[in-house]
Amino acid sequence: MTVDTREDIKLSNAQIAWRAAQDIKDGAYVNLGIGFPEMVARYQPPGRFVTFHTENGVLGFGEPPAAGEEDWDLINAGKKAVTLKPGAAFFNHADSFAMVRGGHLDVAILGAYQVAQSGDLANWRVGSKGVPAVGGAMDLVHGAKQVFVITEHVTKTGEPKLVEKCTFPLTGVGCITRVYTSHAVIDIVDGRFVLREKLPGMTVEELQAMTGGKLHVDGPVADLVAPAL
Amino acid sequence: MDKTNANAAEAVAGIGDGARVMIGGFGGSGAPIELIHALIDKRPRGLTVINNNAGNGRIGIAAMIDAGMVSKMICSFPRSSDPRAFTDAYLAGKVELELVPQGTLAERIRAGGAGIPAFYTPTAYGTELADGKVIAEFDGRSYVQERWLKADFALIKAHVGDTFGNLTYNKAARNFNPLMCMAAAETIVQVSRLVQPGGIDPEDVVTPGIFVNRVVEIADPQQEEVLIKAGVAYI
Repeated sequence: MTVDTREDIKLSNAQIAWRAAQDIKDGAYVNLGIGFPEMVARYQPPGRFVTFHTENGVLGFGEPPAAGEEDWDLINAGKKAVTLKPGAAFFNHADSFAMVRGGHLDVAILGAYQVAQSGDLANWRVGSKGVPAVGGAMDLVHGAKQVFVITEHVTKTGEPKLVEKCTFPLTGVGCITRVYTSHAVIDIVDGRFVLREKLPGMTVEELQAMTGGKLHVDGPVADLVAPAL
Repeated sequence: MDKTNANAAEAVAGIGDGARVMIGGFGGSGAPIELIHALIDKRPRGLTVINNNAGNGRIGIAAMIDAGMVSKMICSFPRSSDPRAFTDAYLAGKVELELVPQGTLAERIRAGGAGIPAFYTPTAYGTELADGKVIAEFDGRSYVQERWLKADFALIKAHVGDTFGNLTYNKAARNFNPLMCMAAAETIVQVSRLVQPGGIDPEDVVTPGIFVNRVVEIADPQQEEVLIKAGVAYI
């Protein structure tokens, strides 16, 4: 049986990023993973001040500079040129990861290949071929007060990304607290997926059919809605 | 006490075959390109290189690999915009890889410089990068034992340095550099501007000169990103 993954009504990546941004509180210190998670910075709600951390030793960086204005000594963890906001700070790599593991960040947002109902994350490698590269992924999942994943709900071929148990190599064990997908917002509580929000055009049963682990409903499930972006 | 060397070739002259060499920088930011190229001119072989990455394009560490100088890389992220040099050498079995999570790499180097032989970290617990390592529980959570990392030499890029080896850095070019200064038996630093003692306010010193053995002034140092864009090949 083919599962209808409701491509017609799902959130775009920008909308997933927007939804996650709504949960970052004023005054938070935040690390956004390289790639898709960086998009979250664009959708900070007005009136909230957030300080972004990057592993290579900057707190308080801002937008990329104009083309031709790059200072290649001022980059982020994705090795892209950035600019500084007033009140920024530089520090060495050991201090940077002290901020990560030491519980000083409020939120870390990462991408995922798979998230298990136990909170395990697989996001660094899909197999044993090629050149392995881990960067800061295994560090970033430990220490932040909240560790969010933003992701499509299923893979391009329709396989669940929210699973009972990860089959890809793990990045961390029991580390994810909340997942924002193209179809739902799901908390991980005591080794269970707890559904908090879903697309209003879907039933819980339809969502369950495209989810690898069991979805639990504890209390109200809100509508997942995002503005057109 | 004057730690200055006349040029990069003189500064790296002591690095021989089989040395363990830490190289500062994160991508191109803080990468001591001129010191690396001076080392390529000398061509020691069988080196173990410790860096966050594993080279880019045909310059710096990538050119060291192309020159056949590197037998092992210890790094967190052996990828870049042009990772050909390392990828080819690794897949051909010519270079060994010890993959270390970035924060663990930083802390191992810091520990090496601080005289701490091992420590416990939550990073990598339950993953393949913790295979074979000692695990211990503290306050109900499991942690992985990691060991210090030390080197025979460190190649460092700093911004302003004085003749005693006191250093400042430029923006995010700090990254691994201050840690590696501490963790090598001989720390060799290229500075963009050399000043006399007193030329750096002691309040501004990031790396105290006690961690530094050699300083060479390289004014207007080359930047990896610019060389890559220009398609430069060092060898």
